Amino acid sequence: MSADGQGSSHWFDDEAGPVVRPYAMTRGRTTSPGQHRLDLIAVVVTEPQAQNPEADPTLAPEHVEIVGLCRQAPQSVAELAAELDLPIGVVRVLIGDLVHAELVHVTRPVPPAELPDESILRDVINGLRAL
Amino acid sequence: MIFGRSERGKPPVEPVTLKILVAGGFGVGKTTLVGAVSEIRPLRTEELLTEAGRPVDDTTGVERKHTTTVAMDFGRITLREDLVLYLFGTPGQERFWFMWDELSEGALGAVVLADTRRLEDCFAAVDYFERRSIPFLVGVNCFEGSARYPAEAVRRALDLDADVPVVLCDARDRESVKEVLIGVVQHAMAHAAGRRGALTS
Repeated sequence: MSADGQGSSHWFDDEAGPVVRPYAMTRGRTTSPGQHRLDLIAVVVTEPQAQNPEADPTLAPEHVEIVGLCRQAPQSVAELAAELDLPIGVVRVLIGDLVHAELVHVTRPVPPAELPDESILRDVINGLRAL
Repeated sequence: MIFGRSERGKPPVEPVTLKILVAGGFGVGKTTLVGAVSEIRPLRTEELLTEAGRPVDDTTGVERKHTTTVAMDFGRITLREDLVLYLFGTPGQERFWFMWDELSEGALGAVVLADTRRLEDCFAAVDYFERRSIPFLVGVNCFEGSARYPAEAVRRALDLDADVPVVLCDARDRESVKEVLIGVVQHAMAHAAGRRGALTS
């Protein structure tokens, strides 16, 4: 920080604000141990043994919310980000924490550069027709 | 598709998820198209970016750094309990193209939505998918008041390969958008078959 007294005002300007707040939830971390790069459509599923995450003092309210949402119905990373109104990067860190704590697991979507089975593609076409 | 706590004991279905991208210029109707078929109101997901001042080796640049938000609208179609299709509208501005790389990874295919009054707005998207061999289809959104051009004229104007489908559509109309999406999946299948053929011959 500069010694001319301008430093703090720079830090707290409006433009700096949004950077600080969301990532405060992750205690400044932008990655999480054991975090594979989570695709936007990777599906988060709450583990059956994650009964009472509220009682875990290491978890933030946002962690608890993710566990609760994904217990009702598995949700994609993108949906969680929209639901919690948090940037995707933040949600990825939070999910990584929960995977590490074995409270949720993440299903991997079809690997990149590989198309899903032709039978799945046919199911997609039939499903769209039936909408 | 809500699994209540009453169903405890039965593990929730873990669906296979797939995605199709919707690209095109600003205001061409990407979110409208997503909304026409999505079972949820299009959701918005955001990513924060920090843009450091340039040049990078200028230490005073840190003070000028500011953040921008890239927003992506997306929708969901549950085709079956265990099969879910997501539609992602790509961020329009070219400087956010690194987000496209992430979005297009593992995508089934893409729709490039075009407006004949501003056809040049979709050149960049066409280029992007061509270079990465991502199967795409051009949907010409027929706005009221815009002249109707035959699909072949649009194909020539965009200099598309012969196998790229061009369809006229109405991004507000559910049936029309369904046809567009079916077209993308069919094209992706043909694309995959063509690739397999090229590998085995």
